[in-house]
Amino acid sequence: MELTTQIGGSVTDGLAYLGALTSLVGRAAYFTFIAPFQGKPLRLQRAVSQAMQTGVGALPILSLITFFIGLILALQSAYELRKFGALNYVASAVAISMTRELGPLITAIVVIGRSGSAFAAEIGTMKVSEEIDALETMAIDPIHFLVTPKFIAMMVMLPCLTIWANSMGILGGALFGVAQADFTWVRYIQSSLDALFLRDITTGLIKSVMFGVTITAVGCHEGLSTGAGAEQVGRSTTRAVVVSIFLVILVDLVFTALFFFMSERLGL
Amino acid sequence: MERSNIAATQREAMISLRNLRVSYGEREILHGIGLDVMSGETLVILGGSGSGKSTLLRTLVGLERPSSGEIWLKGKNIAAISSHEMDEIRKKIGMSFQGGALFGSMTVGENVALPLREHTKLEDSTIEIILRLKLDQVGLAGFENYMPSQLSGGMKKRAAVARALAMDPEILFFDEPSAGLDPIIAAGVDQLILELKQAFHMTIIVVTHELASAFLIADRMVLIDKGNVVAIGSMEEMRLSTHPRVRQFLDRIAEPEVSQELDYLQMLTEEHRHPGR
Repeated sequence: MELTTQIGGSVTDGLAYLGALTSLVGRAAYFTFIAPFQGKPLRLQRAVSQAMQTGVGALPILSLITFFIGLILALQSAYELRKFGALNYVASAVAISMTRELGPLITAIVVIGRSGSAFAAEIGTMKVSEEIDALETMAIDPIHFLVTPKFIAMMVMLPCLTIWANSMGILGGALFGVAQADFTWVRYIQSSLDALFLRDITTGLIKSVMFGVTITAVGCHEGLSTGAGAEQVGRSTTRAVVVSIFLVILVDLVFTALFFFMSERLGL
Repeated sequence: MERSNIAATQREAMISLRNLRVSYGEREILHGIGLDVMSGETLVILGGSGSGKSTLLRTLVGLERPSSGEIWLKGKNIAAISSHEMDEIRKKIGMSFQGGALFGSMTVGENVALPLREHTKLEDSTIEIILRLKLDQVGLAGFENYMPSQLSGGMKKRAAVARALAMDPEILFFDEPSAGLDPIIAAGVDQLILELKQAFHMTIIVVTHELASAFLIADRMVLIDKGNVVAIGSMEEMRLSTHPRVRQFLDRIAEPEVSQELDYLQMLTEEHRHPGR
């Protein structure tokens, strides 16, 4: 009895949390797509400066990480492929796993660490120091003012970063290909491109947009639900990171399954 | 300004509370407050920590929804209006928060100009002039390019007042204006409130537990205790009051020790069941 109550309790809590995230996304979507036609202009300037922080700021570390990931992928696949004397398949193995899966995922993880946590900390601090209340008493909707620019920035920047991550990963693989598998740089890139279908890239990009929505929703929701006191900001930040990673993986699973069955049914 | 002058002479109620009840979850904080704030007067809401005075203020500016009762503000019952209508009312009120609540990522000038940029279609140059005027009014002329983190506590409060004044509000709310300030700086903030009162004849509502400050700035005071109005009246009436709770507060008599174990236990569990606030 005790156990079923507990399970029921956590399921309802989880659903309520997802509900809160959905309502946040819904309100941000309203301010992005509908409100501009009702005389409430978009804050493009804030969105752009946010995009600079989350996007351009992440480039160095993301490049380094995905380059290494590409190199690791090449090493790991070569370990198996060389048994069959099929080392020339390294390029396609790296290209497909980067674009379909690891590019979007690693990008999301890096962005969670840099920006998802920063959203929660920024909004949480504003909550604690009554700045969110101040916005409301000034008749400025915090969702419109703070959250919507973040959604726009993330939905634009995550696919861009993912494309960059894909290329850096392929470049990492190429380093192995050239050093160990008798590729030239040009031939490696060429066989990567040959191995890829457009859908490998688009499915990755669709996933990355969804990751962007998830990370922003969790980061902002955690920030807005910060309780009183400075230590609560730390708690929200940690929760934002943990919950974002979990939900990103969950979203990844759902979409990967979706694409899998879609390709089976529709021959995509 | 002209209008509020006339209104002040007619002494009509700017805000009327009728049987206002506010709860956090199951715990009721305000148990039926009834109160009139006259146009153009400065009302000080006094009360100890946990008396519900801050909740009352937050409810008046629409940050908390009452569970029942009425709040008549400028002819509208804000307990029962849409958020859109509430936003229209909020453009006519200013609120100065305890810690200032300036936006840390913006300069002082951007902070003060924010409501103008959001709610008016004024030219940048006009906003610039209004901004300088407001900063001058609070004694912060020339500080528009400072970041809030570069200001002292008293200056932050002043900047927050400038921001609250930006839209030329008819009602100005202060949450603990002297909290966390040394006596000299706190006196300066009191002086500022007095100046605003004399210059604009605004309706000003101040929540505080600082007696000296309250007696300096108030036209009338109301003492809140445990979510109820204990006494309301002019300063003279309060001074002469024989109500035990008023006397205790004004004469700064310490709370008697909780004698009964059961009360103490209840106090502890209350705190435990409803952490925070």
